[in-house]
Amino acid sequence: MSQTAQSQTVSDERVKEMSALRRALIRPELGGLVGIVAVFAFFLLFAFDSGMFGSQGVMNWSTVSAQFMIIAVGACLLMIAGEFDLSVGSMIGFSGMMIAILSVTLGWPVWLAIVVTFVLCIAIGALNGYIVIRTGLPSFIVTLAFLFILRGFTIYLPQTIERKTIISGVRDVAEGDWLASLFGGKILTGFFTWLGNAGLIETFERGTREGQPVVDGIPMLIVWAIALVVFGHILLTRTRFGNWIFASGGDAEAARNSGVPVSRVKILMFMFTAFCACVFATCQVMEFGSAGADRGLLKEFEAIIAVVIGGALLTGGYGSVIGAALGALIFGVVQQGLFFAGVESSLFRVFLGIILLFAVILNTYIRRLITGER
Amino acid sequence: MNTRTTHEPIIRMVNIEKHFGSVIALAGVSVDVYPGECHCLLGDNGAGKSTFIKTMSGVHKPTAGEILFDGKPMHFDDPRDAISAGIATVHQHLAMIPLMSVSRNFFMGNEPLKKIGPLKFFDHDLANQVTMEEMRKMGINLRGPDQAVGTLSGGERQTVAIARAVHFGAKVLILDEPTSALGVRQTANVLATIDKVRKQDVAVVFITHNVRHALAVGDRFTVLNRGQTLGTAQRGQITPEELQDMMAGGQELVALEESLGGTI
Repeated sequence: MSQTAQSQTVSDERVKEMSALRRALIRPELGGLVGIVAVFAFFLLFAFDSGMFGSQGVMNWSTVSAQFMIIAVGACLLMIAGEFDLSVGSMIGFSGMMIAILSVTLGWPVWLAIVVTFVLCIAIGALNGYIVIRTGLPSFIVTLAFLFILRGFTIYLPQTIERKTIISGVRDVAEGDWLASLFGGKILTGFFTWLGNAGLIETFERGTREGQPVVDGIPMLIVWAIALVVFGHILLTRTRFGNWIFASGGDAEAARNSGVPVSRVKILMFMFTAFCACVFATCQVMEFGSAGADRGLLKEFEAIIAVVIGGALLTGGYGSVIGAALGALIFGVVQQGLFFAGVESSLFRVFLGIILLFAVILNTYIRRLITGER
Repeated sequence: MNTRTTHEPIIRMVNIEKHFGSVIALAGVSVDVYPGECHCLLGDNGAGKSTFIKTMSGVHKPTAGEILFDGKPMHFDDPRDAISAGIATVHQHLAMIPLMSVSRNFFMGNEPLKKIGPLKFFDHDLANQVTMEEMRKMGINLRGPDQAVGTLSGGERQTVAIARAVHFGAKVLILDEPTSALGVRQTANVLATIDKVRKQDVAVVFITHNVRHALAVGDRFTVLNRGQTLGTAQRGQITPEELQDMMAGGQELVALEESLGGTI
């Protein structure tokens, strides 16, 4: 059917044929893909012998990248819907602290603490969105306010209750909890033991864990990251709601005129971002066994940078979850890779600034290509 | 032309009033629109044209007055209600989203779904196929359904928007100054599209402040001035000069027109 439609179309002499390169250029993931190739090429050349590509090294940067991915998925969908959330970092600190206070200090079952924290944080996300929609203020300002409000509570609550800013002991109370294991556990442990026995991955050579693999499973953090990326990508590209996300960010007024419930879409995206921050925090609390008042600092910017490297436009309406995930991977690989390569870690920030600048310039250029602006 | 008035009007706006705080934007406007006619709504800036059609399309709720659609009173809570009733609006600048593909724009708010198990997904194949088909009917050659709307010209965008509205079964099509930003040839294309649409028995409400564009396709003309109607005229009962004077709401233009040689 589409074949016949194609052949019937009279070619217009004013529609220039698009080269394959140009076609590839307007895919939002392109920048991320090029970045991934460059970053891996660089570290394969300069840090190959450092253990970065051994099982432990791979697990190391995969875990860090997965952390970035979880918050990048939320930030990505929200940015495509045309809004920002600067309160992500504070939300991570706040939700981690809530879980610790509810479970350790108040002695609630861990699953209940997690559920209540999720509900509370998603409600705060909804409040963020509601204020942005009702006042028409830029989300930048509204969520900046919540950055301080939530961080303030995250320091105040443990100080008042426990006279300290770190609450530990979560691991003990979370032992055997069904919901906690969804965030702190590992999967495929049998498979990794088999890999270790088969000599395919490194095993401990001495000590109490002799013979066991150094990497004994895939942390749930990585499972969450992959699941969220897949969910976000399908939601954005393959569903009606995804079209509404693009439309809300591309031009809210036009979308509204076409019957897209823009306010609902945006508020739901704020809630989803809060959900992602909460997943991040829960995994972190379960991994560390404690919650600290300074957790999640600057994470909002790292999430936004990963999304921008992934090809999304700061102005909304355009972007890709896969791109954001690639951005997060670049982030994690470089941050940990510099450590493996023995480079001064403060240079990571220099790298970050430079790559951000390049990404934004590239994205602006690509936007002109798509819309035909000059 | 006159035989059309023997049908029932598809939409009747009766004594519509709309106040924004202390500002009275509409002070009792009544307009009937019949199927298959092109009803031109003329008026200068600030006459209340936009407020009026936004009331018709469910964006604003009237402060007073009644909307009868197909003879039944209607209360639209939001544009979605109006759209599902069959009232579609093509806005002046806000019709399309430049960054999105033609097919995503075409189906924005009306995405076709296909079920896979318990989940519903956007049916891209169907959307692409229908978009190419409809665009070809309107005489627009697309590079592909994934071409971004930003690469289309202004006239083509209006045509896409009109084709979209008609495809989704609009009974009343409201065009908010579709020709105001267009060149001569693009305007001609849009006017030709209006004519095609009217022949499919769709009621077209054409808002403009360009008398020549209105006279080119209009069957009836209603002039708004300062929130009130100055009456409705049939085609052939009114000259361009009379229309122009009514819109300007006074005689100042006559002197100006003489000095400019009648080119306004």
